[in-house]
Amino acid sequence: MAIEHADVLRAAHLARLGLNSDAEAAGYVDDLTRILEMVDRLQAVDTNGIAPLSHPLDTTQRLRPDEVTETNQRDAFQACAPETAEGLYLVPRVVE
Amino acid sequence: MQWETVIGLEVHVQLATQSKIFSGASTAFGAEPNTQACAIDLGLPGVLPVLNEGAVAMAVQFGLAINAEIPETSLFERKNYFYPDLPKGYQTSQMAQPIVGKGEVEIVLDDEVRKRIRIHHAHLEEDAGKSLHEDFHGMSGIDLNRAGTPLLEIVSEPDMRSAKEAVAYIRAIHAIVTYLGISDGNMAEGSMRCDVNVSVRPKGQETLGTRAEIKNVNSFRFVERAIEFEVERQIELIEDGGKVVQETRLYDPDQDETRSMRTKEEANDYRYFPCPDLLPVMLDSAYIEHQRATLPELPTEKRHRFETSLGLSAYDAGVLSSTRPMAEYFEAVLAVCGDAKQAANWVQGELSGHLNRENIDISNSPVTPEQLGGLVSRVLDDTINGKAAKQVFAALWNNEGQSADEIIDTRGLKQVTDTGAIEAMIDQVIADSPVQVAQYRDADPEKRGKMIGYFVGQVMKASRGTANPQQVNGLLKQKLDEA
Repeated sequence: MAIEHADVLRAAHLARLGLNSDAEAAGYVDDLTRILEMVDRLQAVDTNGIAPLSHPLDTTQRLRPDEVTETNQRDAFQACAPETAEGLYLVPRVVE
Repeated sequence: MQWETVIGLEVHVQLATQSKIFSGASTAFGAEPNTQACAIDLGLPGVLPVLNEGAVAMAVQFGLAINAEIPETSLFERKNYFYPDLPKGYQTSQMAQPIVGKGEVEIVLDDEVRKRIRIHHAHLEEDAGKSLHEDFHGMSGIDLNRAGTPLLEIVSEPDMRSAKEAVAYIRAIHAIVTYLGISDGNMAEGSMRCDVNVSVRPKGQETLGTRAEIKNVNSFRFVERAIEFEVERQIELIEDGGKVVQETRLYDPDQDETRSMRTKEEANDYRYFPCPDLLPVMLDSAYIEHQRATLPELPTEKRHRFETSLGLSAYDAGVLSSTRPMAEYFEAVLAVCGDAKQAANWVQGELSGHLNRENIDISNSPVTPEQLGGLVSRVLDDTINGKAAKQVFAALWNNEGQSADEIIDTRGLKQVTDTGAIEAMIDQVIADSPVQVAQYRDADPEKRGKMIGYFVGQVMKASRGTANPQQVNGLLKQKLDEA
C-alpha cells in the first residue's frame, strides 16, 4: 500500500502533530511507506484458523471490587495546571 | 409520496456504581469540581486502569434481562479524539467484542400493540468530563468529576418506525435499568442520554435513506419532538430536490428544532485499537449464572403476571408495572388487602391523583402502602362506604391519623348497616320533605328512579356519610312506594 503526501497531512491532523515543512512531510511519506511495506509482509502470512491476538500476555483482566478508595487531591493535581479557576481547569475556549 | 421513518437509538446509561469504571474515585453526583477526579481519571503518566467488577456485573445483568448472548471474552479498545474534557486523548470503550451481544426488548404502544426491538449490542465505556463555556474570559472551564464514570451504551437496530415507538423503546430501557437497579435512570441529571439516528425513505423501499444523528437528547418528550422535527426537515429537503447529508445534529428544545453540529466524515475517524492497558475480560458461565440469580422480576414479566394471575386489564397491568416503585407499592397494598382489582383502583385513582396534583414521586408517598391496604380492607369488608373511604384517604394523606382503623374510629365513619337506624333517618327525611314526597308519588314510576336521588342524598347527609348507600336505596324505595 502506497502512502501519499495527503495521507501524512491527514494523519498528522488527526494526531494533532504540527509538521513544519513539506520536506518534513516528505520524510514521513518515506518512513511510513517502509513501515507499511513491513505490514504488507506480515499480512502475507496465512493466518487462517488462528484467533486474533488482542494482547500479548496470556492472561485475563483482573477486576477490582466496586469501592471508593481515592480521596480528593485536587490541590496537588492542579498545582501543575497552567490555569485554574473555581476548581476548574481552564483551557483555550472550545465551542462546537 | 408516502414516507417511512426509520429510527435507531443509542442510549447511554450511567451505571449506579459507587466508584468509577477504571479507578477508585467516587461517582457521587454534585460534588465540587474536580474533587472526584483522581490520577487515573486525569490520565497522568504511569497510571493503570483496573476494571470495576460492579460495572461488569451490571452490564451482564442488563444483557441477561434482554435475553442477549454474553460472550465469554470481551475487549476494551481506545476511541481516539481530542477534546479538553477527555484528558487521555482517547475514550476507553468497546467495539469489536462488546460485553453484551444481540438481544431484544419488547415495547408496548398506546393501543396495547406489542413490538420487538432488536438490540445490536451493548458495551461498557467511560464517560468524559464536562466543559463550561461561560464566565471565564475567553477560556473554557473543565470539570473532570464525571470522567471515568461507567456507561453502558445500548445500541438498537434501526427497528423503530415512529417517534412514538422510539419513546416507547426508551421507556422500556428505562424500566429495565431501574428495575435492575443498575441506574437511577434520571434523565435530567444525565443518567440516561440518547443519540437518535433518523432517516426517511419512500414507503416500500428496502434500502435505508441517509441518516442524521441527533446527539444528547435528554428527556422522553424531547426525543419525540426532536424526531418529529427531523423527519419533517428531511422530507421537505428531499421533496424540494435536496439531499440529506450524514451529519451530527443537536436538538434545541427552546427553538424546537435540530441544527447541524459538524459533518461526520472527518470527526468520525476514531482509529479504534485494543487498549494495551486492559487485558481481555473473561466471564465464565458460573459468573453469568451467579448474575442471573440476582435478577428481579422484570417489567415485561410483571406486566404479564398482573394480567394473567391477578386478572388485571392490560391497561392496569401496564400502568402498575411501568416503574419498579409503582409495582412494589401496588404489590404491598395487595399483600395487605388481598384484592388486586381494588388495590389497582386505589393506587391508580385516589393515590395517583393526589401524587400527580402535588408532584410527589410514589416512593415518597405520604400514605404508605400498608396504610392504603388497611383502608382498602375496610372498604372490602363493608366497614366503610366509598364516600367515607375518600375521607379516610384524605386524613391519611394529611397525616391526621396512623391507620385507617384509627381514623374510622375517631371520626365515627363506620358504616351504618343497622336497618332500624337507617329507617329512623329515612322516616325523618320523609317527614321533613312533604313537597318532594308528593312530587315523587305523583310521578311516572319510570321517572322515580331519578327522583329518588334527592332522598338518598338527604339520608346520607343525615348519617354524615356513614349509611350504607345500597341499604338506603332499598329502604327508601319501599317506604316511598308504600303509599
